[in-house]
This record gives sequence, structure tokens and C-alpha cells, in this order.
Amino acid sequence: MTSDHMVDAASHPAQPGIAETAEERVSYLRAGHTLGSWLFTSDHKRIAILYFISVTFFFFVGGAAATLMRADLLTPQADLLSDEGYNRAFTLHGVIMVWFFLIPSIPNTFGNFLVPLMIGARDLAFPRLNLLSWYIYMLGGLFTIYVLIAGGVDTGWTFYTPLSSMFANGNVVLAATAVFIVGFSSILTGLNFIVTIHKLRAPGMTWGRLPLFIWSLYATSLILVLATPILSVTLALIAAERLFGIGVFNPSLGGDPLLYQHLFWFYSHPAVYIMVLPALGVVSELVAAAARKPVFGYQFVAGSSIAIAAIGFLVWGHHMFVAGQSAYASAIFSFLSLAVAVPSGIKVYNWTATLYKGQISLDPPFLFAMSFIGLFVVGGLTGVILAMLAVDVHVHDTYFVVAHFHYIMVGGTVSAYFGALHYWWPKIIGRRYSLAWGRLSAALIFLGFNLTFFPQFLLGYLGMPRRYHVYPPEFQVLHVLSTAGASILGVAYLLPFTYLFYSMRYGKPAGANPWEATGLEWSIPSPPPKHNFAERPTVTRAPYDYTIEYEESDD
Amino acid sequence: MTERVQVHEPFVDPAQQHAADMLGMYIFLASEIMLFGGLFAVLFVCRLLHPQEIAAASKELHLWIGGINTAILLTSSLAVAIAVQLARQGSRRAVAISLAAAAALGAGFLILKAVEYRLEYSDGLLPGFSTASKFANPATHLFMNIYLIATVLHAVHLSIGILLLAGLVWKLLRRSLQVPKRASVIAVSGLYWHLVDVIWIFLYPALYLIR
Repeated sequence: MTSDHMVDAASHPAQPGIAETAEERVSYLRAGHTLGSWLFTSDHKRIAILYFISVTFFFFVGGAAATLMRADLLTPQADLLSDEGYNRAFTLHGVIMVWFFLIPSIPNTFGNFLVPLMIGARDLAFPRLNLLSWYIYMLGGLFTIYVLIAGGVDTGWTFYTPLSSMFANGNVVLAATAVFIVGFSSILTGLNFIVTIHKLRAPGMTWGRLPLFIWSLYATSLILVLATPILSVTLALIAAERLFGIGVFNPSLGGDPLLYQHLFWFYSHPAVYIMVLPALGVVSELVAAAARKPVFGYQFVAGSSIAIAAIGFLVWGHHMFVAGQSAYASAIFSFLSLAVAVPSGIKVYNWTATLYKGQISLDPPFLFAMSFIGLFVVGGLTGVILAMLAVDVHVHDTYFVVAHFHYIMVGGTVSAYFGALHYWWPKIIGRRYSLAWGRLSAALIFLGFNLTFFPQFLLGYLGMPRRYHVYPPEFQVLHVLSTAGASILGVAYLLPFTYLFYSMRYGKPAGANPWEATGLEWSIPSPPPKHNFAERPTVTRAPYDYTIEYEESDD
Repeated sequence: MTERVQVHEPFVDPAQQHAADMLGMYIFLASEIMLFGGLFAVLFVCRLLHPQEIAAASKELHLWIGGINTAILLTSSLAVAIAVQLARQGSRRAVAISLAAAAALGAGFLILKAVEYRLEYSDGLLPGFSTASKFANPATHLFMNIYLIATVLHAVHLSIGILLLAGLVWKLLRRSLQVPKRASVIAVSGLYWHLVDVIWIFLYPALYLIR
């Protein structure tokens, strides 16, 4: 089965827009036309749109900082940015991408939109808290914008002491405040999801029937709620030291700067799983829909999300193998870091098994899911390499590490984000987009990404340290390749916003279930009515119960 | 008693709404425990690094003021627990009185805490503010830094609790909050108050008693 069930809008150009459909007239999109009806809404679907607009904005702000860095790295000399300016560019890139794009990206847009729809609920458990969470996010965002205008901050996104507490000249306290504030937005969202998933499931929606995206968001929410407060208190300690001189990491008092790193990574390593777990959930949905088969080993895929969240709390020390922590601690952290590869591997094998003999469609969501799987495997395997004590000493703080986490965060999470966007767009907006353009941007993103980041593995292995913008001339070829890839990637990221935007007016109406997928969200009109379900659904079927069309096989 | 409860938008029945409210509060409290958990970890590590100095520094704290404050907070929690029970029985005035008593005890804690800070300030032991500091050694200074941050963070939480309870008392007296119809509001706020109390129950030995 191919993509025949979805008609290309691009093949019917020059239509003066397609008139509003009956579904659209009663949808959440038309339930109020004033700005206030959006800014003071408590509808989870509208809040999802608010988040979508805000995180997209920050994605391009963070991307602009990356563009500056990649341009500066074209030559071995410092020709575009000063040393200080380069430090500020990579710090803002990290801060914005981590806290203002990656962490809220999938949970707060697609999670907000889909959690109630997927479990058959009217809304999240605390709708006003959900809106408050967006306002807190925007307040944190305003602080970040102010930091940007006021000249930035140069500590790196990790705010390591004693650089951040005693020496850095930038707006450390303001930047830390921005992250502190946005943390509360994360906590409230996580809290809302956990309560909603526990208490608002429709009759018959048992834990064993939850979509895998819900399982992964549940695991993510546990981390959001339990790890984020550690970051909050740690940033508060830095602010106390900078503002009032009340320091607890200050070495001259016998404080321990390494303690800061422990606290920071106790949050920030689980935060990596906050960023990637929702993406793993998205890919489970996309793979099942593309293969038109039940997910192979549903319980294991669901359980592996919880396992990743649990083990993820116990691996933070692998960021400090060369920072002077005890060799015994390093050995244990190394072992536990390797252990995380097991549940991650389970997911990849089960996706592959799901695809085996499936009736695979090559629509854009599936292409994004496939690029996710490929890039996630490369990122994951290099993570296993980095978890080895001896190898880590060699490549620590080099571009090898940079390439590794970009394969997970950008190759993985951002691919899944675009996959989710292409999969659920017809549900969210109610219109079809051009599949051909979708396939093209999936291919371009995959190509641009690999060209950007694969050379960085080589650079790192050859010894190019991260966070330097002046480098020996022999590294230039690889840097030029990387920058060339980044420019393809930049264009490829812009592309979907053009044809998706175009589809809002000129796209064909999507119908309730354009992908012929299972799941409660596809049982209601697109775009969904304000009240989601006309009557409370009762679930009687297992998840992903596609009718399998068996073929004659010879093995 | 739950048959008259209003049900808000996403919920289908009062029991579901009550269970969701309680679960939401418990999860919030879990995140609060992690927030203070970070501070306890810092204290623990510094103590491991400088055992003698920190034990000596702990002796400088006013044990009895901390002890009386512990008793005050425990009593206030009792008052809140009574208020939660009374709310289920629907005695509006009695609920308001117990909550007001708890809030007043909380305010008493803050006043006593301020007196304690004043004494430490004149001893030259309050970091950040005392100009003529008289720390025996750098580790004492470190300990007092942690002490100040932990107790101020606790006081901030307590102040929020006092405002919360005062708001409930105000609403109860104006009859805009009705019991037992909305007894779960009292129960959920009570959970927060108890947590602030429990955090102090751990801060008191960690700062004052381990000397």
C-alpha cells in the first residue's frame, strides 16, 4: 500500500483557497476568534498551538546562534566573532535549544494536544495550570531574550562553577533565572500529564491499551517532576553566590566545585531523556502506522521507556570521568551508562521487528521515523563508546562528544519532532499538505544533518576540542564540510514551514483519519471539535490492532 | 458528603476529581522534596569533607530557638490536621479557627526565626550581611552559608503556606469556600503545610542536632 490514500495538494495548484469545511466550523480552531480567546484559553489543543508557535520561535533563535558559530568555524582564524562573542554564541545556542526548544518541544506541543485525545479525555486534569505553565515558559523566554539583547552569557549552557559563580562577566544570574523560571513550567506540565494519565483515562483504556506515546510521556513526566527541582535549587545556589556572596561551592571556603557538577548532571543527564523519550514514543506511533501492524512486543517497548527513565537517574557521573571523581564511582557510572543501551536497544529491535513484513508506506512521517532510527542508532552506539572509561579520556570535551549528542538531540529528537508534525498536522489543522514536499524535506534534513555532524566525529577523534573557534589548519576541510551541511540543514528546516503554512489555506480537507491509523485521536473529526469527543469513548480494543494482510511467503 | 460536590470541566465524577487533586498535590510535594533534597546533598557532602569543623559550627547555632520552633510547627500541623477532619464534617467556623491558629503559629515560627537571625547577626555569624564576620574557620563560613540558604528557602515556603491558609480562612469567613462541599481544598492545602513542617523536621537535626 502506498500513499494513494492521500492526495497531493501540490498537484492541484492555483486554487483560490479551499472553503471552510463543516468540521472546521465547529472545531477548536474556530471556537473564538479574538486574541484573548487564544491567550486566555484553557483548551489543551489551543495551548499546544501557543507552545508550538513559541518553541518554533526559539528553535530559530537558537539556530541563528548555531549559524553564527558554523560561519565563524569556516576558517581556522577568528574572523566573524571575537573569543568572547563565540563563547556567548555557543552558550546561548545551548541554553535556548535545551531549555526553550528541546525539553518543551514534543511534550508541550504534541503531548498537550494528544494526551487527552489519545486517552479519551475532555482535557488535561488541570487546564488552568496548563495555561499557567505556558505563561511561565514565556516569562522565562522573555528573560532569555533580555539576556540575548543585554550581551549574553559566556559560561556554556552548563554554568560550571567556579567560572559561573566567581569569574564570568556575562549575565549569569539573569540567564540562570530564565532557566530557573522555565523549570517550573516543566514541573507543572509533568505533573499535569501524570495526573491526567492516571485519573482521566476513558473506560476500557487500561494501562495495557495506552498508546506508546503516552507511555513515553509518562516516563518523561516522572523525570520532569523529580529532576527539574534539583536544577532549580542548584541555579539558586549559583545566584546566591553571585548576588550575595553566600557560596556553597566556593573552594576558598572548602566548598567543592565538583559538587556543582554532580548536582547539575543529576538533573541534566535525566534531562537528556526528557528530550529523547517523547521522540521514542513518537517513533513507535509512526512505525506502527507506517507498517500497519501491531507494535512488536508492546509491553517491552512500554516498559523500556520506564526503564530508561529509571536508569537515567543513575548515570550522571559519566560526565565527570576526567573531573577528578573517584575511580570506583566512575567504574559504576560507566557500567550503568552501558546498561541504558539495553532498553534503548529493545526499542530499536522492536521497531525493526514491527516493520518486518509490514505493508510499509513511504509517506513523510515514516521517512522521518526511519531517519530517526538510523541517527539514533549512531548516536546511541557512540554513546556506548563514550561510556567506556578509557575511550572517554581520549575524546572527552572534543567534537566527538558534540557529534554524539547532536545525533541524539538533533538527529533523533528534532527528526521525531518533524515526524510528529507531519503525522499529526492533518489532525491538528484539518488539511493535507504536499506529500512530495514532505518527502523532500525529510530527505534533505537527513542529508544535511549527516553532512553537518558526521565530520565532527572525525574532528573529535583527531583531537579538535569543543568550544574553540581558532583551530589548526589541518581541521579546516572537515569544518568546511560541516558548515556546508549546516547550510543545507538550515534550509531543510525552513522548508516544512512553507508548505505546511500553505496547506492551512490551500490544502485539501484531511478527513478524520487520513493515514487510516488506529488510536482514539483518529476517531474524531479533523480538526477536533472544541470538546474533543461528542460522547465519552469506551475502549474495547487492543492498541495498534491493524488487520494484518498476510502475504504468501517462502520462509 | 461528596454528593453535593461541584465537578469541574475535565472530570466526570467528584471522586475522580478529588483523587486527581490529591495526586496532583502529592506529585508537587515529591518535586518539593527533590528541591530540598539538593540542599541536603550539599550539606551532607560538606559535612563529609569537613566533619570536625562543621560539628563545631553547628554548636554555634541557637539549639533552643530551633527546638521551640520545631514544637511550634508540629503544633500548627496538628491544627491543620484537625481542620481537615472538621472540614469533612462541615463545621465551617471551627475549620476557620483551626486554620487561623495554624497560620498564627506559622507566623510565630517566622518571628522567632527572625530573632534567631538577629542574634546570629550580632555574633557576626550571619554570612552575606555581617560586615565583621567572626567565623572560626572557612568551613564554619561554608556551614553558615548552607544554614542561611536552607532556612531562608524553608521560610519562603512557610510564608507561602501562611498566605495560603490565610486565604482559606478569608474565603471560609466570606462563605465563598463551602465545607464539606469543597473539603478537598482544605485537604490539599493541608498536605502542603505538612510537607513544610516535615522539611523542618529534617532540617532541624541536620543543622542543629548533629553537633
